[in-house]
Amino acid sequence: MTYYNEMYEGSQVRDPYARLSQWVETMPADFRQMKQAEAEALFRRIGITFAVYGEGGDPDRLIPFDMMPRVFEQAEWRRLERGIKQRARALNAFLRDVYGRAEIVRAGRIPARLVYQNEAYEKAVVGVVPPRGVYSHIIGIDLVRTAKDQFYVLEDNCRTPSGVSYMLENREIMMRMFPGLFRGNRIEPVDQYPDLLRRTLESVAPAKCNDRPTCVILTPGHFNSAYYEHSFLANLMGIELVEGADLFVDGEFVYMRTTQGPKRVDVIYRRIDDPFLDPLCFRPDSMLGVPGLMDVYRSGGVSICSAPGAGVADDKAIYTFVPEMVRFYLGEEPLLQNVQTWTLWKDDDYRYVMENLPDLVVKEVHGSGGYGMLVGPKSTKDEIETFRKKIEADPGNYIAQPTLALSTCPTFVAEGLAPRHVDLRPYCLCGDRIELVPGGLTRVALREGSLVVNSSQGGGVKDTWVLSE
Amino acid sequence: MLSRTAANLFWMGRHLERADTAARLLDVGQRITLLPNTASGYQNEWNSLLQASGSATLFAEKYGEISQENIEEFIFFDRQNPSSVMSCIEKAREAGRIVRTALTSQVWDALNMAFQDLRRIERTPRDKIDTASLTDITTSHTSTVRGAINATQLRNDGWHFMNLGYGLERADATARLLDVKYYVLLPRIEFVGSGLDTYQWQVILRALSAHRAYHWAYGGDITAGRVADFLILNGESPRSLITSLYEAVWNLEGLAKRYGDTVPTQARDKAREVLGRLQAHDIDMIFDEGLHEFLTWFITEIGTISSLVHEDYLLGGS
Repeated sequence: MTYYNEMYEGSQVRDPYARLSQWVETMPADFRQMKQAEAEALFRRIGITFAVYGEGGDPDRLIPFDMMPRVFEQAEWRRLERGIKQRARALNAFLRDVYGRAEIVRAGRIPARLVYQNEAYEKAVVGVVPPRGVYSHIIGIDLVRTAKDQFYVLEDNCRTPSGVSYMLENREIMMRMFPGLFRGNRIEPVDQYPDLLRRTLESVAPAKCNDRPTCVILTPGHFNSAYYEHSFLANLMGIELVEGADLFVDGEFVYMRTTQGPKRVDVIYRRIDDPFLDPLCFRPDSMLGVPGLMDVYRSGGVSICSAPGAGVADDKAIYTFVPEMVRFYLGEEPLLQNVQTWTLWKDDDYRYVMENLPDLVVKEVHGSGGYGMLVGPKSTKDEIETFRKKIEADPGNYIAQPTLALSTCPTFVAEGLAPRHVDLRPYCLCGDRIELVPGGLTRVALREGSLVVNSSQGGGVKDTWVLSE
Repeated sequence: MLSRTAANLFWMGRHLERADTAARLLDVGQRITLLPNTASGYQNEWNSLLQASGSATLFAEKYGEISQENIEEFIFFDRQNPSSVMSCIEKAREAGRIVRTALTSQVWDALNMAFQDLRRIERTPRDKIDTASLTDITTSHTSTVRGAINATQLRNDGWHFMNLGYGLERADATARLLDVKYYVLLPRIEFVGSGLDTYQWQVILRALSAHRAYHWAYGGDITAGRVADFLILNGESPRSLITSLYEAVWNLEGLAKRYGDTVPTQARDKAREVLGRLQAHDIDMIFDEGLHEFLTWFITEIGTISSLVHEDYLLGGS
């Protein structure tokens, strides 16, 4: 398999990387180690760490940071941006629809079963239309590249996509360590993200709010692996970071406990999953949520971002229908391609997949984080056979995709620069407007040949540049 | 401000100050092990210091013998000792991490560096550690955090809660260290005025880093009356009961002014009252009343003020 190298065409350096190439070539031998150590010390000092669920070990583990940036030209980015915004609009239109009249189901374009029997479909919010009809306010769309102009959407994240703090911190650290690089290249800034996010949250305040809206971030607490990000964003937006126990419901509103007594909350950017939001409505054993929150939400006393039930749009089974949504709701052709996907509950697809397991990537429908997946070409016979048994036991729980020739980006390894596979997660904000900062989080599979970029599986991150005209 | 945030800031202040106290205790402990173990028993000093900090039983159970290594392990590293430097810095850092949004990056940096540095030392083999430097490292880190707080934090309610924690903890620590004299002197009244007695007072001054300051303030010999005066009633002494309590009152007044009439002020009222009674004392009255009795009263009152702070501000009014 050949892979698209984002920096080199044969031995020729592509235009956007010209200056970076010079930078690498003129770099003194010991300079890189020194800077790498400096970067690590900076990350550790800020306290930006990533604890991996269920793995135990050091809760203050650092996510590896690669100093070699990834670069997009302005024109490339514009195309991506249009595609991402289009997709975000379609996903929100879909959510509005399936919690309302469900025209898309009636029209027979999506099977009813996939929507209504989906675990993420929230019956408790049927008929509730959130402010501006927006259900998912921050959409992380995972993209991979296979050729110069060929991008595929790997998955959509409509609930609470994480990682944006890395996008911001990676840039911060690069600017601090290599100011010269930024003077020499004209790179679009990303640091307006927190302001845009705050504006987005304020723009979806409930109608009952007649003052400047009070927004908060709701976190499961400081033991959560993304806690750093929660506090980082709260800090940059100047809003309170609350835990469930800080909030309570009184009458038709939600309040937080402050040193001056109760204070009303209008918009909750929640970083906890639906089942934990309200023990009275969902899981009664949840200690993370706020009893009575859903009643207030349904009666329009508070906005929740993303809205409860938004997860039904980013399911891996629904994913295959997103291009259909674009056509159905927007009357446009999708600008971003889906990866061809076989759904194993269909007999034909099932047969095909079982015959071609060594060539395919198989994922759990509800899985995430790179867990519970099979990368056929990178697996041993035994691993494949073990996985085959898991599929046989519950075919409906799996989808399969071809193994994509993920593009590579030069990455610093022990021997110098070497190509490593990358993906990209831009963060699209949906409120009164749809906005996107020029950049995103580039994740890189640091192990040679590996196609899994998840940080829980040995992935690292890079700064992502969009060059201005 | 969120009640939980305020609570974490308050306890961050208390734990930082407590770490500081532990580091000073370590210094004193080390000096004691350098002295000859005579019949009159300098080692008793150590025991009484532990008694005052409330951890004598724990030390006796776990280590028994008083040695340089044991003292160092217990006071500095031992996480089972809730008042060890490591425990306190870890708790302070954890509290800081929870309220990152209420701290400036300089304060967080300083706090996090303190923690990372101590962890590095913790991983170092003990025989490679220069014992004498442990106190210096700790006080240098806690001072850096304190300095960052003073230089960069907004003068808002959060700042008051942090400093309130510092003030109450400091008042409590000084009172407890002074109370050591009760344990040491009570059984052997003939020591009063002897060389040993003077040495004991010196130990306490040293534990409070007030050794030099005392000489600047009073000059001449170290006497019980003067030392007690310096540590209880002297408004110039940075760790005296009156100075520490005054700071607590000042911060409580700040909160009351900021929050207005709708928020209760029981803690402020109580702290004012205790300060008033302290101001009405002179050192002879305290000795007449009995130093131990006086300190017991004071420590109880500090505890009451602390619970009233919780009632007034940290429960969220619901």
